[in-house]
Amino acid sequence: MKSHVWRPLYVVIALAVALLVFRFFYVPNDFGSGKRGFMYSYHRQSNEMEWKNQPVKYSVSGRERMHEYCSECHGEIVKVRSEKLHGIIPCEDCHGPALQHPDNPEKLTIDRSRLLCLRCHTSLPYTTSERHRIPGIDPKTHNTGLECVKCHNPHNPSLEGMK
Amino acid sequence: MERREFIQKCILVVAGASVPLSALTLIDPKKVFAENPDIQWAFLVDTNKCVGCGFCVKACKTENDIPFEAHVSRTWVERYVYTKDDKRYVDSPDAALNGFTESRIDLGRGEYKEIDKENVGKAFFVPKLCNHCSSPACTQVCPVGATYKTDDGVVLVDRTWCIGCGYCIMACPYGARFFHPIAKVADKCTFCYHRLSKGLDSACVNACPFKARRMGNIHDKNDPITQLIMNERVGVLKDEFGTKPQAFYIGLAQEVR
Repeated sequence: MKSHVWRPLYVVIALAVALLVFRFFYVPNDFGSGKRGFMYSYHRQSNEMEWKNQPVKYSVSGRERMHEYCSECHGEIVKVRSEKLHGIIPCEDCHGPALQHPDNPEKLTIDRSRLLCLRCHTSLPYTTSERHRIPGIDPKTHNTGLECVKCHNPHNPSLEGMK
Repeated sequence: MERREFIQKCILVVAGASVPLSALTLIDPKKVFAENPDIQWAFLVDTNKCVGCGFCVKACKTENDIPFEAHVSRTWVERYVYTKDDKRYVDSPDAALNGFTESRIDLGRGEYKEIDKENVGKAFFVPKLCNHCSSPACTQVCPVGATYKTDDGVVLVDRTWCIGCGYCIMACPYGARFFHPIAKVADKCTFCYHRLSKGLDSACVNACPFKARRMGNIHDKNDPITQLIMNERVGVLKDEFGTKPQAFYIGLAQEVR
């Protein structure tokens, strides 16, 4: 049977086959959708493992466990701290991510900057916010240019404990 | 062959050829279930507790290698200030990476607004992040299957597969996605998937001194976070979009969207 209709049909079939062959080699085997179906979760399944294997930087989770972990070596200072007002702040917030400390890094880089303290202790006139309960200063007038830790002890911040 | 028949056959062939091979593989439901225990991660933000310190933003950027200088962030904190003469202001300078160290409001474009102390009516802080919606608009629009919802309820981006078209960034009603300036792909909060799967809290939850941010398995009735979501008066952002957000907020105001 010879007919002009076959030619374009062959072209269509050839294109479809070429597309399928290309797709077969290009798309990873584990592409598929989980129980959420095609619309929201058509993906390469091995990518989930890739995200799971990202390195963890902040090593200890939870304030209590962090205090426990850190006090294995730094018992004294953790004890002072956890009893005082700043006990609610996780150690790593100021001391930086612990990674595999004490192996790597051997010494943590501590953020002693004024800016770190000002996160909470800038006085803002927000009486309806919890912020109001934190003692605050005006950074423009309160000993400008000096680091807070020169006078205040961050582990024991009560004003009696000032250096 | 008639024209009608020809067109019908063409359509049939093309339709048959375009069925992906993967669609024909059989799935064993038991196997699928065994691999995916019943976990559904959800986030709970207590806006009453937040003081805007921004430790969460700092921890997130450090943990997930988001450049500090770039004006993008996976999580951010917004400040809402209502004045007594009924004006409303919102700002989030540098995504609150360094907290809120100034009383003036950042209006953008280098303009600032100082509000008189006496004029401040109410003010509060709201931490924001990806809502990990149950029906995420962002994954639906991805043309290459690079972003998806995992079975345990986390929305992720496949960095090797993403072509950086930015469609998902536009689709997200919450502005939670951005273009990663180094990886050159769309990026977003992962709920710290690498930490969750090792039994750790996410970096922001971990860093929050006030427990304003918390996270739990919403499919576990005994989980303390699930208990809070069930018993407290919680709300979600932009409910009307139908995305079913999985980040719940205690103490929402009408202006917080």
